[in-house]
Amino acid sequence: MKVQRWTRTSRIFTAATAVVALLLAAVPEVFSSDVVQKLTTLLILILLAAMWNALAGYGGLLSVGQQAFIGIGAYATIYFADLGVPPYLAMLVAVLLAGVISVPISLFALRLRAAQFAIGMWVTAEAASIIVRQDQNLGAGTGIALSQLFKIDPIFRQAYTYWLALAFTVIFLGLLFYLLRSPLGASLQAIRDDEDAARSLGVNVTARKRLLFVLAGFGCSAAGVLVAANTLFIEPGSVFSVQWSAYMIFMVLVGGLGTFEGPIVGAILLFAIQTTFTQGGPWYLVGLGATAAFFALVLPRGLWGAAEERLGWRLLPVGYWVVGAGNKETTRP
Amino acid sequence: MSYANAVLQGVFLGAFYAVLACGLSLMFGVMRIINLAHGDIAVLGAYVTFAIVDRTGASPFVAFLAALPVMIALGYVLQLTILERALRSGLLVPLLATFGLSIVIQNLLLLVFSPDVRALGASTGGLNTASLSLFSGGITIPALGVTLLAVALVVFGALHLFLSRTRAGWRMRATAEDPDAAELIGIDSRAVYAWATAIAVGIAALGGLFLAIRSVFDPVSGPVQLIFAFEAVVIGGMGSLWGTLLGGIALGVAQTLGAQVNPEYAVLAGHVLFLAVLTVRFGRVQLLPARVRR
Repeated sequence: MKVQRWTRTSRIFTAATAVVALLLAAVPEVFSSDVVQKLTTLLILILLAAMWNALAGYGGLLSVGQQAFIGIGAYATIYFADLGVPPYLAMLVAVLLAGVISVPISLFALRLRAAQFAIGMWVTAEAASIIVRQDQNLGAGTGIALSQLFKIDPIFRQAYTYWLALAFTVIFLGLLFYLLRSPLGASLQAIRDDEDAARSLGVNVTARKRLLFVLAGFGCSAAGVLVAANTLFIEPGSVFSVQWSAYMIFMVLVGGLGTFEGPIVGAILLFAIQTTFTQGGPWYLVGLGATAAFFALVLPRGLWGAAEERLGWRLLPVGYWVVGAGNKETTRP
Repeated sequence: MSYANAVLQGVFLGAFYAVLACGLSLMFGVMRIINLAHGDIAVLGAYVTFAIVDRTGASPFVAFLAALPVMIALGYVLQLTILERALRSGLLVPLLATFGLSIVIQNLLLLVFSPDVRALGASTGGLNTASLSLFSGGITIPALGVTLLAVALVVFGALHLFLSRTRAGWRMRATAEDPDAAELIGIDSRAVYAWATAIAVGIAALGGLFLAIRSVFDPVSGPVQLIFAFEAVVIGGMGSLWGTLLGGIALGVAQTLGAQVNPEYAVLAGHVLFLAVLTVRFGRVQLLPARVRR
């Protein structure tokens, strides 16, 4: 009997993931800027899903207010660009600023559990939205354009934004992957499985949750910056919209809550649905809400979680498995 | 005088929030779950009433009496189908499932009733505009505000009497304290939960009726009502029924005082009060939520 982390499939798949990331970097060289913009949207969805899953899937923190960071990130980009900072530098500064705001928010938010946390975050996002609406320089309630980007040739602009999205996605998913595999990762997965038990074993639950909360704060801020760069025009009603939370919940629940690969699957699925039903509309959202509720009730570990259990796939290994000792591979750690 | 008037208007507004929040508070007290579709259910109640008024030309209050049994039945079924299953699956699933339900209700309302803004105030025979002026206009007492305060007192009083004086109420409190022990002495906790949700949905529909009378509503009005209701519950102390009435009034007063400073700060002032209460009340790390207090 031995404890194993890598399997042959997971080695191949992890290497393949790295190759795919490299190939994705070449997309703007090959495809039209329309495709590039669509793929940027997909990367934003993947980033958001992974960050929401870091919170809910590993920290047990169900946030209905991550749009606070999306909005702050998007508006911080406009703010710094208007100050005269070159636009792409402004984006990086905006991620840092908006991400850092997650630290003070975590001081009060992490004292809350379940519904208090969920709605506490929602109210935080609403409050941020109201404050932005008061500022005439940020376009108040009617929105504002990231006009500095208009000066850049659209083809280059789309490519730069795409590369930034790819970089952010790789960095934040890489960080999460690294975090889950580090010694800290075992305690994070223990919190996911049973918070009180983890605490009684001496895990500093609040410190671990803060780490996830701040990571998700930075990640969602990065997504917000990308939304501003990808759409070139933002308004408080859309960037601070609770619809973002609905999308995140859908992607993670359908893909697989508490699995590393699941949210990526969920993001690709949502992207496919969005591109098929381009006009959106109420029926599409009825389906989205009903599917999310169905998965929460019936398949809580989502498509990926179910597939993993049935087929024993280990593609991106973040856990340990006991092999030998009679049963081939036992449950997740 | 204008600040005194603002506080008074806040009390009336708060009575409305308390009615909206009452069902949310009851469900949390009995089942320890927060129904994120609560606001949308209130708006659904408003639409059902609106549809009856629209077809028959009846008074909104008469129409509401017809809508109420429909909503109560809906609550009963909601518990037996979705919430019961969600309750068994831990802390997060009820939130996720009801959030999904909230999106479904909003968009079904959009499909059936269109995104147009509706109101019922005009069909109340002037109740929504009548008011009494005192101190040469320094203080106004709106008829609708007085009605709301009376309705809130009746709703909370009736629920209090139900929980403290009737056998069904005792069963509900026993189940809230300890569902397993309640089962042991022969209480059917499934039925108790279903009735708790049915009552909560009925009261939410009443909140929806007054939303429709005092202002306008549309299919996506629900989430804001949920936020206000939840703020009232938290400010008053989760699990405390009378606390919710006081919490609603505190929220209403905060909003009208905020509006007194700058009309755009009304909602923000309520949010700030809510976040402050959350920070202070949960300043200590708690392992378990506070038990039911009545």
